[in-house]
Amino acid sequence: MIDVMKHESLKITNLHVAVEGKPILHGVNLEIRRGETHALMGPNGSGKSTLGFAVAGHPKYEVTEGTIELCGETINDWSPDKRARQGVFMAFQRPMAIPGVKMADFLRHATTNVRRPDRKEGEDLIPMREFRKELRGKMEQLKMDMEFARRYVNDGFSGGEMKRAEILQLAMLMPKFAILDETDSGLDADAVRLASESIAQIGGDEMGILIITHHDKLLEHNTPDYTHVMLGGRIVETAGKELAEELHSQGYDRVRADYPEAAEAELGVRS
Amino acid sequence: MTETATQLGFTAEAFNALLGSRKEPDWLTELRRSAFKTFSASSLPDRSEEEWMRTDIRLFHPERFAPPAIGDASASSEEIVEPLLTRGVQLAGRTAAVDGRTVVDQLEPKWADRGVLFGSLGRLVAQHGELLRPHLLARAVDPHADYFSALHAAFWTGGTLLYVPRGVVVDEPFHMISSLNDGRVDLGHTLVVLEEGAEATLLAETASADERAGGLHCGAIELLVGPNASLRYVNLQNWGSGVWHFARQKALVDRDARLQWTIGALGSRLAKVNQHVALVGPGADVQVNGVMFTQGKQHLSYHTLQHHEAPSCHSDLLYKAGLQGHSRTVWRGMIKVDRAAQKTDGYQRNDSLILNSNARADSIPGLEIEADDVRCTHGSTAGRVDEEQVFYARSRGYTRQEAIRMIVTGFFQQIFDRITIESVRDALAEAIGRRIREYE
Ligand SMILES: Nc1ncnc2c1ncn2[C@@H]1O[C@H](COP(=O)(O)OP(=O)(O)OP(=O)(O)O)[C@@H](O)[C@H]1O
Ligand SMILES: [Mg+2]
Repeated sequence: MIDVMKHESLKITNLHVAVEGKPILHGVNLEIRRGETHALMGPNGSGKSTLGFAVAGHPKYEVTEGTIELCGETINDWSPDKRARQGVFMAFQRPMAIPGVKMADFLRHATTNVRRPDRKEGEDLIPMREFRKELRGKMEQLKMDMEFARRYVNDGFSGGEMKRAEILQLAMLMPKFAILDETDSGLDADAVRLASESIAQIGGDEMGILIITHHDKLLEHNTPDYTHVMLGGRIVETAGKELAEELHSQGYDRVRADYPEAAEAELGVRS
Repeated sequence: MTETATQLGFTAEAFNALLGSRKEPDWLTELRRSAFKTFSASSLPDRSEEEWMRTDIRLFHPERFAPPAIGDASASSEEIVEPLLTRGVQLAGRTAAVDGRTVVDQLEPKWADRGVLFGSLGRLVAQHGELLRPHLLARAVDPHADYFSALHAAFWTGGTLLYVPRGVVVDEPFHMISSLNDGRVDLGHTLVVLEEGAEATLLAETASADERAGGLHCGAIELLVGPNASLRYVNLQNWGSGVWHFARQKALVDRDARLQWTIGALGSRLAKVNQHVALVGPGADVQVNGVMFTQGKQHLSYHTLQHHEAPSCHSDLLYKAGLQGHSRTVWRGMIKVDRAAQKTDGYQRNDSLILNSNARADSIPGLEIEADDVRCTHGSTAGRVDEEQVFYARSRGYTRQEAIRMIVTGFFQQIFDRITIESVRDALAEAIGRRIREYE
């Protein structure tokens, strides 16, 4: 069983992505198998979030070349909701507020859809009691106050609260593959530690996780099997956890010097 | 249903037939006569008038409608439209009118025993003429304001009265519903009088037998809230999409009195409503909630006025509109503060969510302030559903349609959160939920 899962992967091949006609990614290759943890690092504006949006299917992020495959199927044409229901999740760097919609209601609907990918609009949701019980359990695990569930989705949340809410969604939706886009930013030291532990626990050995981060704390309990560096819209280097440590302590000068072409592309995008 | 009044038009003949059929106090007959005089002398407003600039009624032909048939209680109660606001609610009393004629007229004896009057205005004004004389079309709505107010004051039938004596607290809501069959006319008048310290809730609905039905409603609502009294009033307008809806609605809120007025505007072909709240005694506190949801070719025009006549009053108005199809809403809001009304705290806001690029929302807030020690704020927003919100929800497994439905529901939740009556919140949410079907 585990073996079969190991073969399930999220595979990105020669991915080119443009936003509003402007090319941002220039041929990204990346394969994440279930159970693996990958770290993705790179300077601001290098294209990390763009990769996440493209995988999640944001309509503004146009794939101009290359493929995204989920467990062997090309998903370039899939709607964002189909991707979500088939096991792709992204924790947003900047989650959106949805005023007037309670977190619990939002999640109950989302959880039902993801667990029953064929569900049609209007069909029953997971029974309220059952859902509440599960939600309460997960929130206790994440040391979140139940009051949170009654608040409107990300509306007036602090930066840290939003990130914790993203982790809660991850815990409820249990995707096959998760992209966590700076889920550590905005969290205080204790909260990062808790987040790191929780993500490891949630992910177990069945989830493929891509952690986008500028720090090393989130990786504490999620030792990356691979670390990738993105520069100017390309992954220029892939290595083990030691690369994450190096980049975190020494920055990107060495990488820029080693990959002058990508460094130039970086400047091109910025100008 | 098809009695004498088959003649079309609001003619002198029709008017005299109406007078002849009613046993009303002389002062009321006189009031009707003088209104009819005004009506006969006035013509339909046109677009040169500020209030009608955005509201085109050239296709409205009053001569194609007949005044409601004469006499009460002969229509069958089966024609009453199923009410939306009463689910799970124990009522203190209820009335129902069909095509302008009262067919249900009930008040729980325990409230009658406490001196409460509730039921058909026509019946009650005949019995309690002197009690009602100072209030009916005398203090709040001016019969001579324009063509429609005069038409209403001359021809009204089938209205509802709620009168609560001093100090009586009615803890169960009253309910009234006016139904229209296709092409028919409703000229219902609602009069609420709360004496000092009284408390009550009135849930009012207007609806057509068929979603696409036509017809005419020309009505008036008068809410007279005495000192330290408390009224919650809800009117849900859910006429068929062919109904012309003209209404004048005015509340007078006295010293330390409280009014929560919730309007649901869902139906009609064209609505032109003047909703006027006058804070006439110090310390009056008014909350106005407006929920509009339009579709097709509907045109809903609401003109609100929060008139602070006395000091230290508080008024808080929030209107929210969702628009589909080629529909259009006009909200024109004014906070007026008289020189005497120091320490006024006034607020008005209108938010519109446009669900179809062919729809249009006009929002015109205004302030007219003569006092110097006041706090008045206003605001309005109009926009489309945020695509980033839609994507966020879709990345959690929502279809686009589900995401939009959720976002629209959330948009209205802010106003539902203010409404303290559960059955009203639920009914509005459900009615809007059923209507949200398109977005491109
Ligand atoms: N929706 C958008 N509209 C316009 N430009 C965009 C959009 N999304 C990304 N870009 C541009 O694409 C480039 C890459 O942005 P991206 O957000 O992917 O960077 P990042 O690596 O995630 O950076 P950070 O570390 O600051 O989060 C930037 O130049 C950015 O301005
Ligand atoms: Mg980013």
